Amino acid sequence: MSIHHIHVTINGKHYEGDVEARTLLVHWLRDSLRLTGTHIGCDTSSCGACTILVDGKAVKSCTMLAVQADGRELLTVEGLEQNGKLHPLQEGFHVEHALQCGYCTPGMMMAALALLKRNPSPSEQEIREGISGNLCRCTGYVNIVKAIQYAAQKLREPQPEQVPAGSGGGGE
Amino acid sequence: MIPGPFDYQVAGSVAEAIALLDRYGADAKVLAGGHSLIPLLRFRLASPAVLVDINRLRDLEYIQEADGVLHLGALTREVELETSDLIRRRYPILADTARVIADPVVRNWATVGGNLAHADPANDHPATMLALGAQLVATGPAGQRLMAIENFFTDSSFETTLQPNELLTEIRIPAPSERSGGAYLKLERKVGDYAIAGVAVYLTLDGNDHVTYAGIGLTNVGPTPIKARAAEQLLLGRPLEEAVIAQAARQAAAEAQPVSDLRGPADYKRAMVETLTIRALRLARSRATGGASR
Ligand SMILES: Cc1cc2nc3c(=O)[nH]c(=O)nc-3n(C[C@H](O)[C@H](O)[C@H](O)COP(=O)(O)OP(=O)(O)OC[C@H]3O[C@@H](n4cnc5c(N)ncnc54)[C@H](O)[C@@H]3O)c2cc1C
Ligand code: FES
Ligand code: FES
Repeated sequence: MSIHHIHVTINGKHYEGDVEARTLLVHWLRDSLRLTGTHIGCDTSSCGACTILVDGKAVKSCTMLAVQADGRELLTVEGLEQNGKLHPLQEGFHVEHALQCGYCTPGMMMAALALLKRNPSPSEQEIREGISGNLCRCTGYVNIVKAIQYAAQKLREPQPEQVPAGSGGGGE
Repeated sequence: MIPGPFDYQVAGSVAEAIALLDRYGADAKVLAGGHSLIPLLRFRLASPAVLVDINRLRDLEYIQEADGVLHLGALTREVELETSDLIRRRYPILADTARVIADPVVRNWATVGGNLAHADPANDHPATMLALGAQLVATGPAGQRLMAIENFFTDSSFETTLQPNELLTEIRIPAPSERSGGAYLKLERKVGDYAIAGVAVYLTLDGNDHVTYAGIGLTNVGPTPIKARAAEQLLLGRPLEEAVIAQAARQAAAEAQPVSDLRGPADYKRAMVETLTIRALRLARSRATGGASR
């Protein structure tokens, strides 16, 4: 069983470590690096809770080996917030009440991020297709769609004055 | 679950991948998009000693039309097929197929070559490639070998005629001649699921709407991808009228070998093959004759 020394950039920061060939990327993120924002919701590559970006492309990190990430740039949910300010997607999920238990939320936001990079003004249908690899057992998706529409709108606006985010009451 | 132990090797070139496969033989498995293989490893349904990762072989990712042939690199990702202008314009049957495979996140990584090499009767590309009459390029230590898609699958599920030291490197599809068109239709329980049944159809018509080429492939209604040869034969030389379409669809349904499972009883699946074949033939006809986008 081969062991590999890998170098990976995650959320702009350099990480390195030894991994067994069989270590799944999501396990390395969670168990070795303690980046536990990325969730594991299934054993069948179906739920999308583990979605992150690798070189800008969304991937289910339970379906990639850690060793395959060597030399690549990753973005996980922990990288969305910048300087204490929530990303428009995080803000949208908060404002539109797009989560209940929150288990699917990190993967949902990362899949949505990939969608908005590709298509900044998606229709409702395109949003629903874009997150069709991400399962939510709580919300019924309606508010998730609204949250992504909120973020799309916000990301299209020319950068306005910074509004302090995450200051609303309750809901957590 | 966590996969069993294996060694991992990255191939830096096609030649290196083949050398690795040649060294390890049947103990090795190619790792392409990994979206069929890694789930199998996680369930320990596969336990190769060595994985040969071909993901860095960017020279196997291409979509090119040259000399009357569409060349697809085996490592072409589904998302590229789905969004390619050339594919949408000239080969809508391939765009039909890519867009109903799994979900957009999976399609970022899953490859066309992997979809064929996995030889899963539930995978969608095999039926489409059977309908199109694709040719496959296998590259091994002795060089390249060209084979027709119908000689690629065997009588067993998940088995191909690739040698352990061969890499599937390219898929070749004849460019559409005048009055050609195809379609892939898939019935699924929910978005992203494997097919209850799927039907791929490709046709060429002459000036009097008589069929001069017919290809029909069926998804997930048997132990292997199915080429509905008798239905194809039935269409050849006939005018593509509704009565002929209905007859061919009945024949395609008769050639399906569905079993009852979670996706439905066998007779339901057979009935769906008939319905999907009717619809696919109509859509292919309309695309061939310049109706809907061809
Ligand atoms: C949640 C989910 C849903 C899915 N739904 C669908 C669906 O609806 N329809 C569908 O068609 N597919 C579906 N798939 C399967 C997906 O499309 C697979 O990724 C695909 O079948 C295999 O392609 P891959 O590149 O991931 O191959 P891998 O998983 O890397 O490899 C698959 C097999 O092919 C071999 N192989 C791969 N490339 C080569 C090559 N170039 N030469 C020789 N051998 C090779 C490997 O050794 C392995 O045995 C789904 C997958 C997931 C995870
Ligand atoms: S954990 Fe469910 S898709 Fe990765
Ligand atoms: S909020 Fe509970 S699974 Fe989506």
